Amino acid sequence: MLSQVESHLRSDRFPHIWCPGCGNGIVLAALVRAIEELGYDPDKTVVVSGIGCSSRAAGYLDFNTLHTTHGRALAFATGIKLARPELEVFVLMGDGDATAIGGNHFIHAARRNIDLTAIIFNNSIYGMTGGQYSPLTPPGKRATTAPYGNIERSFDIAELAKGAGATYVARATTYHATMLEKLIVAGARNKGFSVIEAITACPVGYGRRNKMGNGLQMLLWQKEHAVTVKQAEKMSPEELRDKIVIGELYKGEAPEYTAMYQQVIERAQKTTGQ
Amino acid sequence: MEETLEFRLSGSGGQGLILAGVILAEAAIREGKNAVQAQSYGPEARGGASKAEVIISEGEIDYPKVVLPDVVLAMSQDAADKYAVRVKKGGLLIIDNTYVKNIPATSARVYALPISRLAREKVGKEMVANIVALGILAGLTGAVSRRTLEEAVLSRIPRGTESLNLKALELGFEMARTFTVKVPA
Amino acid sequence: MMSDVVEMARLMQGNEAVVEGALAAGVRFYAGYPITPSTEIAELMAERLPALGGKFIQMEDEIASMAAVIGASLAGVKALTATSGPGFSLKQENIGFAAMAEIPCVIVNVQRWGPSTGIPTAPAQGDVMQARWGTHGDHPVIVLCPASVREAYLLAIRAVNLSEKYRVPVILLMDEVIGHMRERVVLPRAKEVEVIERKKPSVEPKDYYPYRPGDDGVPPMASFGEGYRYHVTGLVHDEKGNPTTDPQVAESLLLRLHRKIYDHLDDVVSVEGYQLEDAEVTVVAYGAAARSAKRAVKEARAAGIKAGLLRPVTIWPFPEKEVAELAGRVRHIIVAEMNLGQLKGEVERAVRGRVGVSGVNRVNGELITFEEILSAIREVALDAQSG
Repeated sequence: MLSQVESHLRSDRFPHIWCPGCGNGIVLAALVRAIEELGYDPDKTVVVSGIGCSSRAAGYLDFNTLHTTHGRALAFATGIKLARPELEVFVLMGDGDATAIGGNHFIHAARRNIDLTAIIFNNSIYGMTGGQYSPLTPPGKRATTAPYGNIERSFDIAELAKGAGATYVARATTYHATMLEKLIVAGARNKGFSVIEAITACPVGYGRRNKMGNGLQMLLWQKEHAVTVKQAEKMSPEELRDKIVIGELYKGEAPEYTAMYQQVIERAQKTTGQ
Repeated sequence: MEETLEFRLSGSGGQGLILAGVILAEAAIREGKNAVQAQSYGPEARGGASKAEVIISEGEIDYPKVVLPDVVLAMSQDAADKYAVRVKKGGLLIIDNTYVKNIPATSARVYALPISRLAREKVGKEMVANIVALGILAGLTGAVSRRTLEEAVLSRIPRGTESLNLKALELGFEMARTFTVKVPA
Repeated sequence: MMSDVVEMARLMQGNEAVVEGALAAGVRFYAGYPITPSTEIAELMAERLPALGGKFIQMEDEIASMAAVIGASLAGVKALTATSGPGFSLKQENIGFAAMAEIPCVIVNVQRWGPSTGIPTAPAQGDVMQARWGTHGDHPVIVLCPASVREAYLLAIRAVNLSEKYRVPVILLMDEVIGHMRERVVLPRAKEVEVIERKKPSVEPKDYYPYRPGDDGVPPMASFGEGYRYHVTGLVHDEKGNPTTDPQVAESLLLRLHRKIYDHLDDVVSVEGYQLEDAEVTVVAYGAAARSAKRAVKEARAAGIKAGLLRPVTIWPFPEKEVAELAGRVRHIIVAEMNLGQLKGEVERAVRGRVGVSGVNRVNGELITFEEILSAIREVALDAQSG
């Protein structure tokens, strides 16, 4: 399996830029294993990313890779997918990238149900710029820009995606790497907009400041706080308060955007007799 | 400069004046002349002041805006108040007296006609008052021929409204015939 | 619907001409956001593109529109977007991305009165500098400026061609007057239209360096999905496309981005002269203002004044050579523009004090008149007589 993962990496780009204990590599590996399992032709596979630590992942992958501007990965990806629907497009974003500066693109990609698979690396912080709070930093936690504790409520990415119209929504943590891989596979197979939230650790920018220990201890925190969808069904809201529900959270049916546009083409050509 | 005619069609948004300007310019082009149509409107799509300008010339038209019009059509009181004084001496001021009750002092020759009212009563739809006005304007000035104007109207209106619009044009020419004055060369 | 072969004289709007020109040049993707006075371009693209098997999408904002256009172009489809000043500002970061990653794309800016929301329906030429320097950092860009409906068609084609040839964002800088006016046009036959395609790699994928330039300074470009798997980033990158902070790589990349445009000024820059041979006073004007200037020059000539017009068609790179050349033979230059002197500064820079330069400026949301330009010409002529 390792060699299969390696074959999709631009290993000449290593060592990577991520800090010791960072979970981003685990998400990257899960994505590569998922693409391997999906059997996608690397030449027809596109990985688009935004700006931030996680978005550097695109550069390490031996596919058609596009590292865009902050927050805009989904908009670039929309252009690629609409222009060439035959390409398989994955979009890698961080939590701030996807839901703060890119929040508008996120809800509209979901609303269109365009066939993209979005993977959000949620480390609860802006890591690359050194630990400022993001829309996913839990209330009360500390960040360089919230030295007295964060007073903002955080988004629930899954609820946001579902409410905006995504047709596949799932969540896993880097501790549950195998589950993450399976969820990415299922998301990619969904003909529509799929969102997979990957809870990942940033020991340097977030964990240290919030006394969560090193990378390993943060992985164990993920293990302790994660409950599966099935377990969660039997728990009270009170019991679920500090838990992370993992697994397939939502599956829906809706027309896919590029398929709908194909119908527009047929209608237009019929009308104009072309 | 070669012989040039300048038209200003003014009124309220929704009266179809820009379409009328486009049709007039289209007709001129069909006659092998040069034409420019420019417009100005308020931000609201309906009800605000609206103005279409058309320049028809045998020669090249550099400056695309009307300087001093030979012909002004005013289909609202506001438009009449604003533009009646800015007509070339001896030019034509065509007034829709359905809406223009006070005709301002002007050095132009004034033709006050119940354009919107007759569109409503004789064609059945006030909406086509712009086409009636075009018929009057062409009938009075001879700027474009009736045949090319008909062609131009047909090329620019929605399908299914042909007979309504041709009837409106006919009414316009008929109203113009009651005045036998031609625009001076 | 008109076929691609258009030879009959027809009444056409400037914005419509942009669409027809873009389609003739092979544009098959449009992403945009509605904004006055450019919206007709989006509306007509929405109707025309799918009929040609192309794609139109109305994005959630201006930023996303620019991003989608770049994405589509990278996927191998010629792409264009249209906007006006406020939207143009929002697009700037991604225009910079396109300049850095060398992704061909065309941005139409139908200028309106600003700053801010200003007068959305009124013409102005206030974005001359934004078009050149709107995005951060040093970056190359080409800006073309049509003065008629027919030229809007021709320059839309040229914008697409230059963008593909040099892998650079090209801005078609219109104004409300040219965008909205309708006039008689006779368009060239489809087969007379020169269409340039981007240079493709001729090597095997393993030997492909996506940012290794050819002799012209422009690297061959593979589309995503064609078997050349490579990395595209807005970070400083080496010839492989991989990010680096190496000062030497950074400098040579930036210099190449400039060189690929500035080494080809003969191809990129064009101006139109009118009555320049014996002109003593010359008006420099572009876009709609050039229409007023031409009439002013005609009337000045009729009054016995030796006036001429130099109209930059390419305004960036600024036609420095062509303007400098004027300085040797005219008595005075009048720059007529609908801003407070954005291009006048460039004219002054080009003539280096060898000839007087003055401005005729109108910033009230109306087209600059030929009368005010004519009176400036008369003043100069009178000064010359008395001096």
